[in-house]
Amino acid sequence: MAADAENLSTLQLQFARFRRNRLAIASVWVLVLIVLACFLGPYLFPFTGEDADFDYISAPIDFSSPHLFGTDDYGRDLLVRTLEGGRVSLTIGFLGALVAGGIGVLYGAVAGFTGGRTDSLMMRLVEILYGFPYVILVILLSLLFGGGNIALFAAIVFTLWLTPAVIVRSQAEGLARREFVEAARAGGMTSTGIVLRHIVPNCFSVVIVYGSLLVPEVILSESFLSFLGIGIKEPQASWGNLIQTGTSAMDTDLRLLLLPGAFLVAVLLCLNFIADGLRDAFDPNDR
Amino acid sequence: MLRFIGKRLWDGGLTLAALVTLTFFVMRLAPGGPFSKSRKISPEVLANIQKTYHLDEPIWMQFARYVKGLATFDLGPSTRFRDYSVGDMIASGLPWSVTIGIWAILVATLVGIALGVAGAMRRNSATDYAAGIVGVVGVAVPIFVIGPLMQVIFALRLGWVPVGGIAEGWRALILPVLVLALPNIAYISRLTRSSMIETLRENYVRTARAKGIGEGRVVRGHALKGTLLPVIAYLGPATAAIITGSILIETIFALPGIGRHFVDAALNRDYPLVMGITLLYGALLILLNIVTDLIRAWIDPRLRNGR
Repeated sequence: MAADAENLSTLQLQFARFRRNRLAIASVWVLVLIVLACFLGPYLFPFTGEDADFDYISAPIDFSSPHLFGTDDYGRDLLVRTLEGGRVSLTIGFLGALVAGGIGVLYGAVAGFTGGRTDSLMMRLVEILYGFPYVILVILLSLLFGGGNIALFAAIVFTLWLTPAVIVRSQAEGLARREFVEAARAGGMTSTGIVLRHIVPNCFSVVIVYGSLLVPEVILSESFLSFLGIGIKEPQASWGNLIQTGTSAMDTDLRLLLLPGAFLVAVLLCLNFIADGLRDAFDPNDR
Repeated sequence: MLRFIGKRLWDGGLTLAALVTLTFFVMRLAPGGPFSKSRKISPEVLANIQKTYHLDEPIWMQFARYVKGLATFDLGPSTRFRDYSVGDMIASGLPWSVTIGIWAILVATLVGIALGVAGAMRRNSATDYAAGIVGVVGVAVPIFVIGPLMQVIFALRLGWVPVGGIAEGWRALILPVLVLALPNIAYISRLTRSSMIETLRENYVRTARAKGIGEGRVVRGHALKGTLLPVIAYLGPATAAIITGSILIETIFALPGIGRHFVDAALNRDYPLVMGITLLYGALLILLNIVTDLIRAWIDPRLRNGR
């Protein structure tokens, strides 16, 4: 490749490859727009998603009224509620993926680097947890933590760190036998230092590919639970419970289902395309 | 081979034991008892109820009692539906869930494989793109968005099928089965397509072609078997997806399956019912993972000694 002549690092090459993927780049922009809309959009309105406007109860879509996409049967603005719901869903999605990924990476790196009995014991635990029905576990845990945002977050993180742990472990196992790790050990570096300085950074490309798959999974789990009434509860909005409200009114007014549904689907589509793009750009055994 | 089966069964048993323990203690430690929600009860009545359900004993004794019950397939009484045992509740819901689940798997496998093969044989054709769109939609559009939309279109507007419930018999199951199958159609068609493309490059396929066999027979007689290995490996995760999906489907379409019971039980803190269904799901998942591994090892001898 011509880029070799310019002395690009592998990472730069990989990002260059990612930038050539039009679908993925377009998805990044759409996602950025949605994130900005969710986090800044609500400030453009003089009311919040929890303010009831008694002059406009169940108002239809009307771009000349203060409520662009109408209101629900409490007179709360649908667009603002959807944007505020997005704030919750997106925060839990990205933060959840970050924390679950972080735990998984560290766990896997330590297990793979240490090897031996510790490794097989640690991976045994992962294997046992893997056998659990995942959604059931999330539901059980969110019951244990007593509901609410933090509980939901903890339950999701607790169940999603397994895959990154397994993936990083197999990487770390190979890395632990490499010469530069040997050299670091010979140079007197501590095990903690080696794991943080050499093992974890070298797992970066695998982590970024699987991390990008974690985000939609977390968002889906959150909205799934909120849809069932176990996750985020009224009056706080989330895409899951907005969709749930929408389904109970769908025979008369599809709008309540379609707006939050469209936001959720758009975000999931974007995240899937980005993950595909990252995999194509970062996977070492690409075709 | 026997050792392989033995190891898998042992691992499965260990997972199940861990699941029993975890579920039991999670449910007991969770805030709010099964009777804390109902109207004010006098302390004497509460003490009586707690005695009936052995909630007044130390937790390790409750656990021992529960495990002892499990050994005889006694999952205890439901704390919400006073006259029913957990076994009764599961027995009433399971046929519905199993019927929907099996049909969904069947539809997903047949349609998924057909779409995948068609896409792989005519790459970049209209068929291939159509299959690709189904793949993307199935993965990115959640069941709880597409399910209600299908209800609006096919039940409320067109009136072809009932919206939900079981009053109209099998016709009520068409929509749930299709919606439940959709994400799996997406995964299976993607898997089949990429696997088929890879297989078509294999030497034995080239040999078959060189012998002058028609392309249709090459695919059906030679390539398909090799293609199906990753699809069979997906059977385990597919079970998990069906379980997850059926919880939503039964809620959306108001079907009296165990998924619906599970959500109700979780919301009402009906501990024994939650635990019973969790264990059933866990056992099902573990068993199907073992079956999947066995089928794979039977087809591909290389897998027998590994791991």
